Order: sequence, then structure tokens, then C-alpha cells
Amino acid sequence: MSKTLVCEMRLAGLEAFGVGEQSLFVNVGERTNVTGSARFRRLIKEEDYETALEVAREQVENGAQIIDVNMDEGLIDSEAAMVTFLNLMAAEPDIARVPVMIDSSKWTVIEAGLKCLQGKGIVNSISLKEGEEEFKRQARLVKRYGAAVIVMAFDETGQADSRARKVEICTRAYEVLVRQIGFPPEDIIFDPNIFAVATGIDEHNNYAVDFIEATREIKKKLPYVKVSGGVSNVSFSFRGNDALREAIHSVFLYHAIAAGMDMGIVNAGQLAVYDDLPDELREKVEAVILNTHPNATENLLSIADKYRTDGIELDENEDEEWRSWPVEERLSHALVKGIADFVEEDTEQARQKVERPIQVIEGPLMDGMNVVGDLFSAGKMFLPQVVKSARVMKKAVAWLLPYIEAEKDGGARTSNGKILMATVKGDVHDIGKNIVGVVLQCNNFEIIDLGVMVPAEQILKTAKQQDCDIIGLSGLITPSLDEMVHVAKEMQRQDYFLPLMIGGATTSRAHTALKIEPNYQNDQVIHVTDASRAVGVAQQLLTPDTKAAYIAAIREDYEQVRQRRSKSANVRKSVSLAAARENRLTIDWTNYQPPQPKTMGVQVFKDYSLEELRARIDWTPFFIAWELAGKYPRILNDGIVGEQARQLHADAEQMLDKIIDEKWLTANAVIGFYPANSDGDDIQLYTNDSRSKVLTTLHHLRQQDQKKGNQPNYCLSDYVAPVGLDIPDFIGAFACTAGGDIERKLAEFEADHDDYQSIMLKVLADRLAEAFAEQLHERVRTEFWAYAADESLDNEDLIKERYAGIRPAPGYPACPDHTEKATLWELLEPNQNAGISITESFAMLPTAAVSGWYFSHPNSRYFAVARLQNDQVADYAKRKDLPKDAVERWLGSVIES
Amino acid sequence: MVNKVNRSELLHAALANRILVLCGAMGTMIQSKKLEEADYRGERFKDWHIPLRGMNDLIVLTQPKVVFGIHEAYLEAGADIIETNSFNATPSDLDRYGLAEFAYEINCEAAKLAKAAADEFGTDKKPRFVAGILGPNQKTSSVSVDVNDPGARAITFDQLVADYAVAIKGLVDGGVDIILVETIFDTLNAKAAVFAIKQYIDEHDVELPIMISGTITDQSGRTLSGQVTEAFYNSLRHAKPLSMGLNCALGPDDLRQHLQELSRVSEFRVSGHPNAGLPNEIGEYDMTPDEMAEHIEEWADSGFLNIVGGCCGSTPEHIEAIAKVVANIAPREVPQTKAVA
Repeated sequence: MSKTLVCEMRLAGLEAFGVGEQSLFVNVGERTNVTGSARFRRLIKEEDYETALEVAREQVENGAQIIDVNMDEGLIDSEAAMVTFLNLMAAEPDIARVPVMIDSSKWTVIEAGLKCLQGKGIVNSISLKEGEEEFKRQARLVKRYGAAVIVMAFDETGQADSRARKVEICTRAYEVLVRQIGFPPEDIIFDPNIFAVATGIDEHNNYAVDFIEATREIKKKLPYVKVSGGVSNVSFSFRGNDALREAIHSVFLYHAIAAGMDMGIVNAGQLAVYDDLPDELREKVEAVILNTHPNATENLLSIADKYRTDGIELDENEDEEWRSWPVEERLSHALVKGIADFVEEDTEQARQKVERPIQVIEGPLMDGMNVVGDLFSAGKMFLPQVVKSARVMKKAVAWLLPYIEAEKDGGARTSNGKILMATVKGDVHDIGKNIVGVVLQCNNFEIIDLGVMVPAEQILKTAKQQDCDIIGLSGLITPSLDEMVHVAKEMQRQDYFLPLMIGGATTSRAHTALKIEPNYQNDQVIHVTDASRAVGVAQQLLTPDTKAAYIAAIREDYEQVRQRRSKSANVRKSVSLAAARENRLTIDWTNYQPPQPKTMGVQVFKDYSLEELRARIDWTPFFIAWELAGKYPRILNDGIVGEQARQLHADAEQMLDKIIDEKWLTANAVIGFYPANSDGDDIQLYTNDSRSKVLTTLHHLRQQDQKKGNQPNYCLSDYVAPVGLDIPDFIGAFACTAGGDIERKLAEFEADHDDYQSIMLKVLADRLAEAFAEQLHERVRTEFWAYAADESLDNEDLIKERYAGIRPAPGYPACPDHTEKATLWELLEPNQNAGISITESFAMLPTAAVSGWYFSHPNSRYFAVARLQNDQVADYAKRKDLPKDAVERWLGSVIES
Repeated sequence: MVNKVNRSELLHAALANRILVLCGAMGTMIQSKKLEEADYRGERFKDWHIPLRGMNDLIVLTQPKVVFGIHEAYLEAGADIIETNSFNATPSDLDRYGLAEFAYEINCEAAKLAKAAADEFGTDKKPRFVAGILGPNQKTSSVSVDVNDPGARAITFDQLVADYAVAIKGLVDGGVDIILVETIFDTLNAKAAVFAIKQYIDEHDVELPIMISGTITDQSGRTLSGQVTEAFYNSLRHAKPLSMGLNCALGPDDLRQHLQELSRVSEFRVSGHPNAGLPNEIGEYDMTPDEMAEHIEEWADSGFLNIVGGCCGSTPEHIEAIAKVVANIAPREVPQTKAVA
């Protein structure tokens, strides 16, 4: 009555895993193998064990029941890598739950691995190759360490190919193991060698049959043992035709498993289902595997091409056909389509075909990028696609770099030119700069990107050291314009002779012509409107034949800009500050009671719901950032950019899911309300409602252009009840960001050379920050200040600003002085309250941030202060207690020259 | 006196007929003797440079009568197998007291004391056996000691093997009948112990039965190193032990399900020596001898057991009660292993 237990090979990770007669075929994960996976090899070489662990994790997630780990590679300390990797795997419960197969041709590596496994693993492999004594020694140790073992059908005379030899060697090994050293037979796994069939050599035709029949005999003759094998060998002759290979694997396994094969190293995710194979294909493959016809190979070859395209994987993977093309074409395809998945293996394959690694870049990679560049300039490709292509290029180059550096006379890469790019001192915005950099790289320019907040000295020093051909400056906020002027002046002073490219949101042809060009005459300064123009500009500037004519044309153009400007200055009249104040907006305060905010003082919003903000995103600026023109949602059906826009929108939505689910970003805000009254063009804020003590003063600027009809000369202070009327009025302030923690994810993308995702994240963070500003403004109107408690507007109304009250931002048209942010920062302390800091040029960090003032008066509207005259500059300097030249510097772009 | 081979035969014969009773806690008993620093030091270590109080393994040299007395009490209570006082007596564990060089001697003396006590009580009808204890070692070889470096290890497999080898030699030279690797919280440590035992057996061409006993740390049902019971079993199955079991950490109530699982999968005999319940707020174990015996009786009735005893908190009274309840219950039958036709 004693019970019986099934005799199984009882393996274990953190969980138990038994393999017995009734077990289904066991999949051994093969990707954590430096000899089989270029990616894994690179990760181990670079000691990026964290990502290497992900490879293991993915396999377990994809159904691998055992993980094969192989570190056999000449340039790797295999023993150390095996120990490190196994110890790290042991710390990951979702990987460590499955048993490990320690795979090495070196016994010392195997033994080092065995000393790290608490579970019961498998040794892969030992054999009689070096004689019976060594075989026994190793087997005894395997037994003592407590592992199962794969025994290759290999003896002193070589590898077994025929059925008879396979059975003979396995039988001999079994006798030695079980009878002589008492190795448990259930822990023996024979690998009777799978060799390639259909090689064109007649002796090879029976190899699959030899394996299958040997398996049948071994399983029958040698009780409890298992049979395993490396399946992909069998289809080796059909490299490049994956669909056909999968069909071959499937047919082979069907027969081998029926004969008793227990386990195999296979890519389980890429296995066709035997029954799903088209009859014709299955029959022809079967004839090859079972060697039933002398012409079986020819017959299969005759249909092989047909199944390249319309074979078995059709439903899911119809686009995979390109994987069977020659490697050069695969690289070109990957670049044009922006597919990064295979680029490393393909690059490696291309590298092995050429004499020097640089030739891969100069050959197939540049060929591919030239196609991208041509399509882009022909308007057949759009920016998001180009950025994706650049990602593929960067990955390929990153792969090649160590090889290039390993060559003594390595970096002799020929590029179209070397361009230094930088966001100037005080500014932190770099989306546009990064896009331009990517596009230039796609056109074989070498980019030295110094990042953001780069002082002039560093720009100049680097340009000299690196022997750059062009300097490109970028900036978004208005003080950056002045910094660019400064860089230009320094270039002139220090005798630099190279072209200067200017770009960024507040830059303009007019500013470049009026303010920068006069300061730099050694070479040409050129304003570049967008990324797609940058390539043409750079090429013209660096081609000696065209440069002179091109520069002459630019100079001519800029000269005209200056002349028009001085003419228009004469045509368009401005008025004195006194006259402008006289023509102020008049509000009838006697019949108006300013609403009082529900809560005064500062309120902080930490970790605001991104989900809520997502619903408020204004998508049109999103597409503008990607240089796709058109209004959302119409742009999605646009005849020219529609498809790209849809793809981009889908990518954005996908990333938003992750941003929210995985908390890539944090949204924080701070708002505050204060008793306030206007005092001329200033606004005084009071410490409390008694209004006896001034907390601080906001300084505003008044339009000075001559108005037509009864248009007033606006100033923001006009919207606040003046002092002396005893009308209690109020003002609000806010600062919000949706870019908290963004650096973490950006660093990841950067490490992965993934500009596309990096730019996408920045653009989306900007959109979320804007949405946050909108959301807060609505809550201010309905909830916190509550002067429009019953407003009901949809998102479209909101985007069109059909609401009462405004939220102008310091540095932008209605209040163009960035330095007023200093006051805002004193009031709200956004550093502590929302994690937003300001640079010396008053750029906000994180860049995805919005700050400004709240005005509640129903007549308040946005306007642009322009054409400031000398009298106002002097008056403003006095009010702010600043030297006049300081004010001139900060307000440079709005002062009429 | 019977020779070694006969003792092994006697052991198998006894196991075939009945559930054998293992002794109870050694540490708990030593604690109850309220030994002071001077007692631990004895004459021999009176000038030792490191405080020795709490170094329970050392007292086989300095207070042999105390240890002998505890063995006698358990034998008196009916234990068939008594455990040597050598839980922390590997060189690396002793090294914390600067006593590494005495590892062999301590193990050997621990074995001799137990052996002498067992011989005193052993009869033809009820032979008594000595299990030489290999503890888990305080350092783990498969769990990181550094939260910032999951790959870091405090001790290597090779160090553990060398460590255990010293202890094994001492225990065997001192006359143990069995080696018991117990309170295993890191299976890789235990694999090193098994490696060392097998190495000793091969080198000395002796028969040396192994008992293995793991520790399921808490309600997670896993060892400290993360394995479930069956994975633990599979990982040490190659030891071909006399018995595979579980001990410590849990009382008999909480340990039951895991012992049941082990009993289901084990091709070997099954042992269990639970704590006397869980420690109360002052660290004492409250489960009375009768309560504990009631659980054990149910285990035995359910057919889980070949060997049973007590771990932390158990006393000779507990063992007496346990011995009484299992005396007339048949042991678990060792399953036959067969391939499916």
C-alpha cells in the first residue's frame, strides 16, 4: 500500500520544476547567451548587468521554463561574468524562480557557476571528448554539486553524426555514469547533435532522421534519461528565410518530440504551429526532414522563395519579410522605417563583412541616411520619422564605436562638417536644438552638442578645440537674444572666423539682421527658421563653391530687413510715455466691485493628477513642435501630413499612458492671492486687507505705439483698481510644472540614443504644463477666486480663451520683462513649493513650467507691449531702481531702436 | 559496543519499525542553566581576550558536565537520536569569538559527550543514536548582505565547504552515527555542507547517513533564500539523505502544511522538529508539552513522520510527551519511485 512517486528530473529555482515522461516539451531560454545574442554579448562586455537581467526576465515572462546562461567569449572573463550574473539573477525573484542551465565549454566556468546556484540546475555540457577519466571526474563533481547534466554525443574520435554512433556514445556514457559512478539516470540529458540538412551535400540529408531515430532508441534503451538539442541548427542552410526556418523547426520538433525529445533550446516565440503550416509547405519540409525523396531539397528550394513573403507568419508578421534581405538593404530599410529592433545584429553582421568598422558607417549606414535626407528634403518624410531614423543610426554607430576606437588609426570618419550646438547661458530650452541636431546628424554632419546654459567662453573654447566648422546657438526666452548678441561680439573680438547659426522660438530674421549681424562681420550669421532648413543652410555654408554667393545673398537680405525696419519706424508712429498714459484703458471703477478670492495667501498643489491634465491638452502646439503644420484635429486627416500626424499622435497617446501609469512625470503647482491696487503703471501688493503696508510692487510696461481710433495704450496695471479710490482689489500669481522628475527618464532615453522618445517626452511635458496652467486658471475662476463660479466652457472654448480674466506670464508680450519673475518667486517660493527654480536669465527649470499673474477684471485681455521708447525705459529703470543699461539689456527686444 | 556498519543497520531497522524521536532544544536548556561569563570561560579560557558568554558550543570544553546532563535528560525522556552541541562550531562562526582554531576540537568533544551519553542509555531493544549537528552558518552564500549590491555575498561556496569539512571531521572522529544539517535558511549553504560531507565520505570510504532539515522562515511558506518546500527538496535531493525534514521558526500548527507538502514529494524519510509554538513578547515559548504532543500525534496519524523532535523552546518534558504519543503509531512509509510506463 506504499505510494509511488513518478521518477522525474527534479529541477528547482525558487520554485520546483519536474521533467518526467509525461511532461510537455520544455523550452530552454536561449537569449542570455553571449555566443547566440549580439545584444546580450554587448551588455555583458559593457557590464550593463541591469539590462542583461532584463533579457533574462523577458525570457521567463515569454515562457522559458529554464534559462540557459552562456558567457563563453574570448574578450570576456567568463568565470567572473558567470558568477556576477548568476548572483544578480538570484536577487530577482521573478527570474530566480526558474532553474538555470549553466552553459560553457570550459569546465572551470561551469564549476564557478555551480557554486552560485541554490536551486537544482543543469550543466551544459560534458562529454567523452577528452576521455573517460576526465568525463568521470566532471560527472562526479556535477553529482556532488547536485545538478543535472547534458551529455553531448561526442567521444575521443569526434562528434556522432549517424544514428548508430549517437546511440553507441550515449549508451557508453550512460554505462559510465549510472553503473560506475551512480549518477541518477533521471538527471542525465543526452544531446545527440542536431546537424543541418538540405546543405546540398548528400551525406547530410539523413541528419534529421539520424537524430530522431537515435532519440527514439536512446529513450527506449536507456531508462529515465532525457534528450535535448539545439533546434535551429537543423535549418542552417535556410539562413535569411525565417519563415521557412520556422516551418522546418516545427516539422522537425513534431517528429523529434514524438520520438521522445524532451527539451530544446529554441526561441519559443518564433515557432510555427505544425498544424497551421500550409499543406504544400509541410509536405515539402517533411520530405526534407524525413529524407523521403532524393530530390526533397530541390523541391523545398523551389518553393522557398514563395514562403518568404506569404508563408506562415502572415497574420501577425507580414512585414518581417525584409529581415531576409541582404544586410546592407536591411540596414537601409531599418533607417528609413526607423526600426531599431535589429539594428545591432545587422550592424554587427555588416561589420564582419568589411575590413574596417568605419566602412559600415561610410557604406550602408550613410547610404540609408542619404535616402532619409533626400526623402525629408523632398517632403516625403516628416520630422518625427527622421528623428526615429536618427535613433537607429545612433544605435548602429554606438555599436561600432568600440571597434572603431580599437583601431589605431580609427576615427577617420569623413563627415560633411562639424557643428557645435548650444543653448545659450541662462536658457534651458533644448527641444528645438535637439531636433536640429538630429536632422543635421541624419545628413552626415558631426554634432558637438554642449547642452543647455552654455556660457560664451565654453562655446568658443570648444569650437576651437574641436575645430568646428559652424557654431549654432539656440534659445527660447527673450534674454537669450541678448546672450546671442554677446556670443557674436566675443566671436568678433576673439577673431573667430566661422559661420554662426541662430535658432529658437524668440529668435527672428529681424533680430538677427538688426542686432546680431552688425556685431559679427568675420563670417556670416544666419537665422534658421526650422530644422528642415538647417541642412540646406549648413551645406551651403560649408561648400566653398557656394559659400560666397550664399553669404552675399544673406547679407543683401539682412540689409533690406534693416532698411525696411528704419522706414517702418518712420511710418509707424510711436507716442511719448506721457501721451500713452493719457490714452490708458479707462475702467469705470465706481460701478464695479472687484471680487475677493475665497482664500488669500499661498496654496500648494503637490503631485497633481496627470490624468486630469491629459484631458486638457491643446494638441495643435504639439504638432507645431514637431514641425507638422495644421490645426488639431483637422491635421489628422490632412492629405500630406495626416498619416504622420496620426502616427505621432498615437505614439504620444501611448507615451502618455506610460507617463501616467509609470509616473514618469510629477505635476506641482503653487498659487497665491494678494490685496492689490494699481499705482500708475505699477501694482502694489499689500501684506493684508488693511492695505496699510506694501508687501511688494509689480512693475509693468505700457504700449507706446500710436493707436488708431479709440484704441487705448494698454498696461496690465489698468486692470487693477487704482489706489486712493478705496476699492479693495486683488491680484493672483501662479507657477506650475508638469516636468518634475523628467530627468530620470530623459537620462534613460539618452543612454539608449533615443532622441525620438526624448523629444516626445519633453514636448508632452510642455503640453501637460500648459494644460496644468489652464486647469489651474479654471479652478481659480470657479473655485479659488471664484469670480466666475458658474462658468461652463468646453476645451475648445478654453483653448480659444473665451473666459473672463487673464493669466499673462512675465517675459511674454503683455509683461515682457523676465526679471519680474524674481518678485513672483519671492511671493510664491516655487522652489520649495513646486520644485521650480529660475536661472540667471529667469528661465524656469524644469522647462515644462508656466508662471504668471492672474487678473480678474472682465475687460482684461492679452496684448503685446512693443516699441518701447527711451522715456519709458528711463522711467521704468527708475521705478525698478535699476541702471538704465540693465533695463535695456533685459528689454532689448521690445525697445525700439 | 557495536561497530559502525552495525549501528547503521540498527538505525535503518529502527526506522523501519517506528517513528524515532529526536531530542529537543539544546540552546533553550543551556539558557536555563544561567551560566555566567566565568562559567563559559572555565579554567582553560579564563584569560581569553573576547567575552565568551553566549558561545554555547564552547561549553563542551569548559562545562562538559552541563552538556552531558542535557543529553542525559533527553535520553531519559525517550529520545532515540540526540544532537551534538555544535550548532555554531564551524571555524567561520567561531571566529567571531576568536575561537576558529578550536573548531575541530569542539566538534570532536561535542560528539564524544553525546556518544558517551547515548552509549550509557542504549540497549539492544532501544539503541540510541548521535546526530552530529552542522548548523546553517551565520553568513549566507546566496543572499546579498548589501542592499546596494544584490550580487554581493558574505561567504563563498568554497569557504563554506572548507568550514564544514573541519566540523565534519571533528564530529566523525568523535563518534557520531549521523550528520544532521539543520535549520537551513539558505539552500546554497546546505549544498556546501552536503558537498563537504560527500567529499569526506569519498575520501574516507565510510558510510555516513545524512539528515537534512530546512527552515520555512514565516507564513510566506519559503526559506529565507526564497525557495518553496518542494524546490528546497529538489535542490538537496542529490544528498540521498536518510531523511529530509523541516525545523525551527514555526510551531507545529504553522509548520504542518509545509511538512505535509514535504511528505507528499519526498522519496526519503521525513523528519520534523518544530518550535514549541511562536515566541511570546518576552521571547519565551509557551506551548506546553501536552499541546505540542497533541499536534505531533495528529502529524503521525496523518502519516507524515519518520522522525520527530523539538526545536527552540522544547524541553525534556516536551520530548517525553512526544515520545509517548508516537510510540504506537506506524511511521510514514517511504514511497517507491517509478517511471510512468
